[in-house]
Amino acid sequence: MATIQITGGRIIDPSQGLDRLGDLWISRGRILPMGGSSEEAELVIDARGLIVCPGLIDIHVHLREPGNEEDETIATGAAAALAGGVTSVACMPNTQPAIDTQAAAEFVVLQAQRARQAHVFPVGAVSKGRRGEELAELGQLVAGGAVAFTDDGAPVASADLMRRALEYSRMFDRVIMQHCQVPELTVGGVMHEGFESMRLGLPGMPGAAEDIMVARDIRLAEITGGRLHIQHISTARSVELVREGQRRGVRVTAEACPHHFTLTDEMLRTFDSHYKMNPPLRTWSDVEAVIGGLKDNTIEIIATDHAPHAREKKMRELDQAPFGIIGLETLIPITVTSLIDKGHLTWPEALAKLTRNPANLLGLTNKGTLRPGADADVTLIDPNVCWTIDPSRFRSKSRNTPFGGWDVRGQAHTVIVGGEVRFTRGGIVQQAGAPVPA
Amino acid sequence: MSTVSSPRLGPGAARWSRKHLLGLEDLVPEEILAILDTAESFAEISTRSRKKVPALQGRIVFNLFFESSTRTRTSFSLAAKRLSADTQDFSPSGSSVSKGESFIDTAKNIEAMGADVLVVRHPTPGAPHLLAQHLKCSIINAGDGAHEHPTQGLLDLMTIRRAKGRIQGLTVGLLGDIAHSRVARSNIWGLSKLGAKVILCGPPTLVPKAWERLGCEVTHDLDAVLPRCDVVNVLRIQFERQKRGLFPSVAEYSQFYMMTQQRLDSAKDDLLLLAPGPINRGVELTPEVADGRHSAILDQVTNGLAVRMAVLFLLSGRRESRGSSFEETDGHPPGRRPSQAPHPSGSGPGSVGAGDGLDQDRTRSGREGGPGGNPRP
Repeated sequence: MATIQITGGRIIDPSQGLDRLGDLWISRGRILPMGGSSEEAELVIDARGLIVCPGLIDIHVHLREPGNEEDETIATGAAAALAGGVTSVACMPNTQPAIDTQAAAEFVVLQAQRARQAHVFPVGAVSKGRRGEELAELGQLVAGGAVAFTDDGAPVASADLMRRALEYSRMFDRVIMQHCQVPELTVGGVMHEGFESMRLGLPGMPGAAEDIMVARDIRLAEITGGRLHIQHISTARSVELVREGQRRGVRVTAEACPHHFTLTDEMLRTFDSHYKMNPPLRTWSDVEAVIGGLKDNTIEIIATDHAPHAREKKMRELDQAPFGIIGLETLIPITVTSLIDKGHLTWPEALAKLTRNPANLLGLTNKGTLRPGADADVTLIDPNVCWTIDPSRFRSKSRNTPFGGWDVRGQAHTVIVGGEVRFTRGGIVQQAGAPVPA
Repeated sequence: MSTVSSPRLGPGAARWSRKHLLGLEDLVPEEILAILDTAESFAEISTRSRKKVPALQGRIVFNLFFESSTRTRTSFSLAAKRLSADTQDFSPSGSSVSKGESFIDTAKNIEAMGADVLVVRHPTPGAPHLLAQHLKCSIINAGDGAHEHPTQGLLDLMTIRRAKGRIQGLTVGLLGDIAHSRVARSNIWGLSKLGAKVILCGPPTLVPKAWERLGCEVTHDLDAVLPRCDVVNVLRIQFERQKRGLFPSVAEYSQFYMMTQQRLDSAKDDLLLLAPGPINRGVELTPEVADGRHSAILDQVTNGLAVRMAVLFLLSGRRESRGSSFEETDGHPPGRRPSQAPHPSGSGPGSVGAGDGLDQDRTRSGREGGPGGNPRP
């Protein structure tokens, strides 16, 4: 593995409170102390005008393998991650079969190693078969590489099972990630319940379905001392509940998805299934509350809920089309466009939610940081490039994004994983011997 | 007009430039009036002994019904036949849809058979809109889930206008299951755009409060609002809603909301009663009310035919043949869609945008002559 010198970039590392121009050195897959190396650099990367930060970590992606390889595979999803500047993803267990055994978790790890793209960390199911009845073998899942647990796609509906999961998982200090939604309030739902659903005659999913389960689970985390993570938070009331829980000292965290801080249910007026996701797009006041939660750090993490679906599945009647959109390759530009350009977050604040905080949540102590000795996962972002999102150029196997055709700013330029340049848009990486830029 | 053997189109056609009819929400008042005025001309044809005109000769109108329907489908078929179009029904049972073919593929196959107009009914809101994006032919929404049923809304408007002479300023009550009713939505849009006041009445589980944001009055007390109504449109109650817990029993529903003679006694003397049907006698209306002097239920059915003829006629781009008489033969060159035909001149109704009307400037009525002022170049 080469010694790499990344020169002249704006180094932002929220884990060390770092934001300054300088050089970053990498050797043998590790970050070197600032100030460089005694060795000669074999590779020099001219990062002038670029942001140099820890590789982004997306704790919420669906890679569909095993079982739905027509939508995505671990290899294509991990490649899409790199193109989006993401060096580590945590993949959800709602595959066919579910990731609910040690062998299933190990399969994910193995496929990711074969792919040699981004790192992939499996998230194990909370319950066997994700049926919400009996706990999965959480300890064995941890042994197989699971970094957290969730039945995502479906909530753990039983309060009793959720309570036991929060209690039992304390042994491993792993977080329980919950897709919060009372199922009986959302049966048949296609979109957020409100003025727009009424106008369109589409079955709605009330925001209260999320709020009620968020409230329940915060209370369960409180009495068990377990770690609760609210996935894809989408309502104003839920944000307030998390804020209040954190104030009381409950171990509760939350993530928000770019679509939930960017789009509203009004988009469904087009009847375009690219606006159908679960939780659904909500109202402007919810979007504002999610942004407020990101600003005051109630919501510590930005995650994509990357949910690939083959075109023929998504191109159906709205009630037949599956929920979800892809997000890895639009994570940076939508974050820039919706949060940074609007003045809601600074680059260091946004990057904290994409590097340090997700690493802390999953216990990835050598990732999400540029500390000397940390894993050399580094993302170079061009913060100023303006481009038009073209889904046909995505590395993901699927194209289901509502952001196609958007004019945006910001893009991952070059991505280093474990000390290897695994993705670059070219032009700045030079072999040894070539003149080092002044 | 009934004495004229060759009726002229009203000013309606000149105000129409759309390719699809997907909902009344999309239309401006002038466009709604254009359809109603055209329908009036067609209503006259239905009074003749020879009820057929050659306006759509050679065209193919396909009924693509993914949901059961007798009344609407029959009405569209008959409307197409009276315009001399060829008609074909397609329903999914026993077809390739049950073999897993996608909805869009099915429709594309039908289009490939030469359909000029697809009349689509589908249980999912937005399904006709999806077809409008993927197909080249005209799409008429004949009911998409709980979203819209524009021709039903139009025939209700026509029935009200014929009985009352106007829409503007009337108070119209919609009674029953508003939440799940496409008829309600199309009525709300149509009536509001033409200046009526709309009152929505039914139990809170079936009448969303959110409609107040669009200027409707929402109430749960029929007896309180009935005396103010000029028109009441009685929507059908689907019994499966009761099983979902939206109301406790049919008996209780009827007690609060059935239109009885006793209730009618408190209403205006000239109250007009509509019901989109099929009606449940003894649930929404008593039999004597359904058949009584206020009821316009059968007029609605008759007017439905005229409205559907008007819609088929307008969407088929008939105006571009430059003639305004129904008796005129189709003058389009073979193999050429009228929507693609060149405009013979830059004036007259034929100059109104051809092709994809959705995105084009809509021609306002003011640009053309008054009633009967349909110029022949």
